[in-house]
Amino acid sequence: MANNRMIVGFFIASESVFFLMLILAYVNFHNSVTDGPTAVNSLNPVVTGIFSLFLFASSFTIWLAGKSLRENNHLMLKVWILATIILGAVFIFGQGLEWSGLIEKNITISRNVFGTTFFTLTGFHGFHVCVGLIMLSLLLGLALAGDFKGPKSDAVECVSLYWHFVDGVWVVVFSVIYLWAFL
Amino acid sequence: MSSRIPLVPENAAPLPSLKENNGLLAWVASVDHKQIGIMYLIITLVYFLLGGLEALLIRIQLAHPGNDFLTPEMYNQLFTMHGTTMIFFVVMPFLIGVGVYLLPLMIGARDMAFPRLNALSFWLFFFGGILLYYSFFTQSGAPDVGWFAYSPLSEKPFSLNKGPTYWALGLLASGIGSVASGLNNVVTILTMRTPGMTMRRIPLFVWMIFVTSLLLIFVIPIITAAFAMMLLDSLLGATFFTPAHGGSAILWQHFFWGFGHPEVYILILPAFGIISEVIPVFSRKPIYGYEFVAASTVAIGLLSLGVWAHHMFAVGLGNVANAYFSLASMLIAIPTGVKVLNWVATMWGGRINFATPMLFGTAFIIEFVIGGLTGVAIASVPIDWVVTDSYFIVAHFHYAIFGGSVFAIFAGVYYWFPKFTGRMLSETLGKWHFWLTVIGFNMTFFVQHFLGVMGMPRRTYTYHDMPYWGSMNLLSTIGALILGLSAIVFVWNILVSLRNGKPAGDNPWNAWTLEWATTSPPAVENFELVPPVRGRRPLWDLAHPDQPDEPGAKIV
Ligand code: HEM
Ligand SMILES: [Cu+2]
Repeated sequence: MANNRMIVGFFIASESVFFLMLILAYVNFHNSVTDGPTAVNSLNPVVTGIFSLFLFASSFTIWLAGKSLRENNHLMLKVWILATIILGAVFIFGQGLEWSGLIEKNITISRNVFGTTFFTLTGFHGFHVCVGLIMLSLLLGLALAGDFKGPKSDAVECVSLYWHFVDGVWVVVFSVIYLWAFL
Repeated sequence: MSSRIPLVPENAAPLPSLKENNGLLAWVASVDHKQIGIMYLIITLVYFLLGGLEALLIRIQLAHPGNDFLTPEMYNQLFTMHGTTMIFFVVMPFLIGVGVYLLPLMIGARDMAFPRLNALSFWLFFFGGILLYYSFFTQSGAPDVGWFAYSPLSEKPFSLNKGPTYWALGLLASGIGSVASGLNNVVTILTMRTPGMTMRRIPLFVWMIFVTSLLLIFVIPIITAAFAMMLLDSLLGATFFTPAHGGSAILWQHFFWGFGHPEVYILILPAFGIISEVIPVFSRKPIYGYEFVAASTVAIGLLSLGVWAHHMFAVGLGNVANAYFSLASMLIAIPTGVKVLNWVATMWGGRINFATPMLFGTAFIIEFVIGGLTGVAIASVPIDWVVTDSYFIVAHFHYAIFGGSVFAIFAGVYYWFPKFTGRMLSETLGKWHFWLTVIGFNMTFFVQHFLGVMGMPRRTYTYHDMPYWGSMNLLSTIGALILGLSAIVFVWNILVSLRNGKPAGDNPWNAWTLEWATTSPPAVENFELVPPVRGRRPLWDLAHPDQPDEPGAKIV
């Protein structure tokens, strides 16, 4: 049914507004920190950039998963879903490293508005990645149980739509937080 | 139906229904849009009485100057809870509920596109309300920072109590539920219409719910994000809205009104929809200018996104911003005026039957126009600077929301009660309810225009004995008591008519839209056979095959 893809589309539109607000808050305070941690003096764009590549790559693997299903290749479907999960998990692992490094230097959500907006924006994004990982794991479980007969599956298509969205949000967030500060 | 989604179980088993099982569990577990709709309506009635009680307490406190019936703390909690309740737990969920009940029936569908999601929306709303009201039983008391929770008032250290946290959590839950209903409505309208029911033929109520749902989808996340930030401030020590720590109090206002202004259209557009169904039926004429009514709704929806800062004229955003927001706000009066003209033109020369729904529908037009005119007045910056935060504003939005949305809700209840229950509401009690409401409402709120112009501030628990203030406030309080009485008549009417009301039959008003083509109350699957749709008034076409609305139209 087209219903499922349609509602996911509108849901993503709604979520985009949510992220837009978090981004606006970040942008609003971008220049207002006069002392203490800021993006420039506390973030490492190269390391985060490398971890971001894993997330960007996962958009590609989830697309390959859908393609495999359309070609009736059930083995590759499972392989590509698994690959997507691993790539997403590596990204989250990188975010965990970054956060714990910051927190060790006493840069927290309550330190100043940079900390407040940075942790809120990246935190909500990370939360969305985790939700995506849970959905991908469900897909994998269902795929292993042989639930997808192909050539099309709304479940696979909806999850991959959502995953592309999470990925796209990171393109914007990464640009706003990291590239803007360092370029 | 090429692919099946094993993630979601199939709907093979019949939906739980009252017919088969009378237990409470059948309601709790229900995924039937009619039962869910009824649950919304019952809960909103309870909140309506609660919010009304709070209003009466407020008015009693203000009945004469220097009164000490309530403590200042209690007063703050009451006006906050009153506003929050009426907007988020009465008007909004009522309109969502009546939409959920009627949408599938009006477009000839068996249910919503996502029945389980529909139930989830309801329960999120339900538990959001419980969470909000639970705060009354905590040590710190209910929220006391106004329904807009302006920072830094709602932030530490001004508000060390937990009230604002309950406020944000409760509204967060019900807000997510509203987004889910919005999604469900949009997909239902786009994909579940019976053959022949093109978008140019759907009832205007459905059009209004459609645009409202889009607003829900796009503007609730604004406040959801703001709630999240506010909660992070209060629970984790973030500093979004605390100026003392580098945050911005004005940012909260931008976020709040970025949502808050479109929200008032979420409250009024479905009300326009109800009126657009009631007026033609009771004037025995098709709606005048269907296209204009539908298109102006879209225009209002779009315009409402760009005018939020007219709530912030007194903040000091600068002349350029003020001028833009002033002008944009006044523009909204144009599509709104178009609608009013359409309703009046529909009544013009019609054979009007002033049954209770039509009485409320007609009064709606008059009261709402007053609210709209004061709206245009305060959209002008200098006037707003004079009357902002005074009782003039209170008068304006009560004319818009009570005289508008609530009057339309009453019209809708009297109109559709026969369909929902199979019984008519009593006309005698209905007329009593109507006149008490009209008298009480205007008595309560009309004088507040004068009080506001004379400088009486809102949100203060008492006032000095200025000339005429005492008597005008007393008049307002008496009006409120009359309104309280009218609410009792209303509830009494519902209770009595549920048991002893006149049996309604399928189509007591001789109406034209599809919901009247099935039994009252409708069967589990809504229709035995959906009548063919060849125009905007399928039941008229059925009864008058010789003079159809759209001559020559085929079933598409
Ligand atoms: C012609 C259309 C309208 C215009 C131009 C208009 C204009 C305004 C303006 C400028 C204010 C801000 C006043 C101030 O705070 O100083 C305001 C407040 C308000 N309006 Fe309207 N309005 C219109 C219609 C409506 C409608 C349809 C509703 C609701 C159904 C509504 C509900 C409210 C509420 C609730 C407030 C007060 C918010 C608060 O401060 O608590 N208005 N309106
Ligand atoms: Cu407004």
